Amino acid sequence: MSWTSLPPALVLMLAGLLLPFLPRAARQAVSLIAPLGALGLVWAVPDGVSLSVPYLGYQLDLVEADALSRLFGTIFSLMAFVGCIFALPQRNVLELAAALIYAGGAVGVAFAGDLVSVFIFWELMAVASTLVVWAPGTPEARQAGLRYAFMHFLGGAVLMAGIAGHVAATGSTEFAAMSADTPATILILVGFLINAGAPPVSAWLPDAYPKASWSGTVFLSAFTTKTAVYVLLRGFPGTEILIWVGLYMVFYGIVYALLENNMRRILAYSIINQVGFMVVGIGIGTEVALNGAAAHAFAHIIYKALLLMSAGSVLYMTGLRKCTDLGGLFRTMPITTVCGTIGALAISAFPWTSGFVTKSMITQGAADQHLLWAWMLLQAASAGVFLHAGIKFPWFVFFQRDSGLRPKDPPWPMRAAMIVFAILCVGIGLMPGPLYAILPYPVDYEAYTGAHVITQLQLLLFSGLAFFMLLPLMKRTETITLDLDWFWRVGAPRLGEILRESVGGQWTLLVAGFRRWIERVMAWTARTHSLQGALGRTWPISASAVMVALFLLVYLMLFYLWPA
Amino acid sequence: MIRHLFPLPDPNAPPRLVRVARVPPAGEKPAMREPGERQPWIVRPEGVRTLWWLFGAILVLNVVAELFVHLHPHFELEGAFAFHAWFGFLGCVAMVVFARLLAMFLKRKDTFYDVVD
Repeated sequence: MSWTSLPPALVLMLAGLLLPFLPRAARQAVSLIAPLGALGLVWAVPDGVSLSVPYLGYQLDLVEADALSRLFGTIFSLMAFVGCIFALPQRNVLELAAALIYAGGAVGVAFAGDLVSVFIFWELMAVASTLVVWAPGTPEARQAGLRYAFMHFLGGAVLMAGIAGHVAATGSTEFAAMSADTPATILILVGFLINAGAPPVSAWLPDAYPKASWSGTVFLSAFTTKTAVYVLLRGFPGTEILIWVGLYMVFYGIVYALLENNMRRILAYSIINQVGFMVVGIGIGTEVALNGAAAHAFAHIIYKALLLMSAGSVLYMTGLRKCTDLGGLFRTMPITTVCGTIGALAISAFPWTSGFVTKSMITQGAADQHLLWAWMLLQAASAGVFLHAGIKFPWFVFFQRDSGLRPKDPPWPMRAAMIVFAILCVGIGLMPGPLYAILPYPVDYEAYTGAHVITQLQLLLFSGLAFFMLLPLMKRTETITLDLDWFWRVGAPRLGEILRESVGGQWTLLVAGFRRWIERVMAWTARTHSLQGALGRTWPISASAVMVALFLLVYLMLFYLWPA
Repeated sequence: MIRHLFPLPDPNAPPRLVRVARVPPAGEKPAMREPGERQPWIVRPEGVRTLWWLFGAILVLNVVAELFVHLHPHFELEGAFAFHAWFGFLGCVAMVVFARLLAMFLKRKDTFYDVVD
């Protein structure tokens, strides 16, 4: 075993565990060095299984590399690195330590060669990300973190049930492409989809992520949903239902983001929207669509982190998060405005940004398969992305009516992190070659044709026209929009209350009656079977002999008298 | 009507001044607008009017440019003139209208869940 078979995840996790014991300067250094070390290992690990350990009779392939796992390992490590630059001014030790372990879990999933290892890293991520949500320590973060944890442990339980069933049925723990046609594989698919933010439980994401600190949300946006995309890519490529699940997510994200007032929740809804595009690509399942989904996940992590960094910078400098409180910040926050706008253009797949060269592969996949409806909905959704994230976010935060606030740009580490990611957004958009080279399948796709640039510009610019013409309808109010989480946040507790008020008394009587009956049985048993009881005490041998003789007599009589 | 469809900032609207109640994570409250501050050109009505014209010109150029490239539509519908322009526009209008309809039923005060958002 050479050093190259060290799991990249281990570096991040050990760094996370070490962090709380270090002084602040050393903490900052370790938080930057560890992701770089992991990134180096991601590229040093040879193809195939390089670390395998026996556990409970199973062979766990903790590190198994191929192009797909290396792609996701790369972006997760890179995200951890730039995220830690952004978080240099963050004084909360818990958040940074948890974020590193969280990133380690994501890298671990990307390199896990069998379902049991996937599950282990999956659950580590759930625990660590809950800690990131909890880190600010506010009551709303505590409550949202608890709901988040419940949802992810539910997903984990479903996933474990599926894995157990799958292993029992096939005898193999290998993590390879499956088809969702047995109860076990369906459970695995559902477990994966819960983490992707799929319906009906999508609400966990916009509920929890915006409650984290100004830097915590940046980490949260990157790992959980994108590991879900990774496992779906590996486990369920070409599963048709995913097309429809993905399309639902795409439009759910747009509609809810359009109605939202909290700037970071707008971006949280748009995570679901973007993951929806990837899920559609996985459902289409052709090489170009799968490449598109993988490339889009890569580009998405960068521009979404960039958007949340610009929102985090505004929150850091002003403490405000509602669109109704913000506006006009472009005057004194030029770097944040420019970087946020670049992120907004990239998420909208504007030509010369990263989204343009990645998302178009997914729509191309739909067109190649002649999926007219899916293609039309994807095109409409692309216009909708520009509407809800591409224009709405920068417009309401940095422009619109002046709020009178004149905050400065954030400290240099935060500016540096935003600039790095902004350069990457434009760089990938201008030169997609290096990204295309590390995709799982060979790429035969040219994004920059005259027709593609012009049609995409038409789509986006005219949705921009729609935005500004419909501005009176987009006016922000201090409201939220109810989601299905109403059922478990209000509905279920209210139902419990109603039941307690109505049949609660009878229920208590019933339970009490049942308990009294059990107590009587216990008392009777104690009377008859205790040391002094008829059946418990010692009897003389003669009495036993008489008893046995009696039994034999009864038996003999039955033998002759019983009708044959 | 035109003013309604292509809105300009109202120069007579009273200036907005948002109060920052809590100290932000940065440690100090942000500066506020100076009383006599001069507005940058792009938010003044004449600037916004120019931007609207500029935007309109870009839109027209964008549609006209379609005639000079070789489009290769995958579907019949896509071959219609300026398909992406009107499809994007109408799609957005439909999504905004749908969102507003949904909001009629599902909109609540942001203190609904007793949480400070």
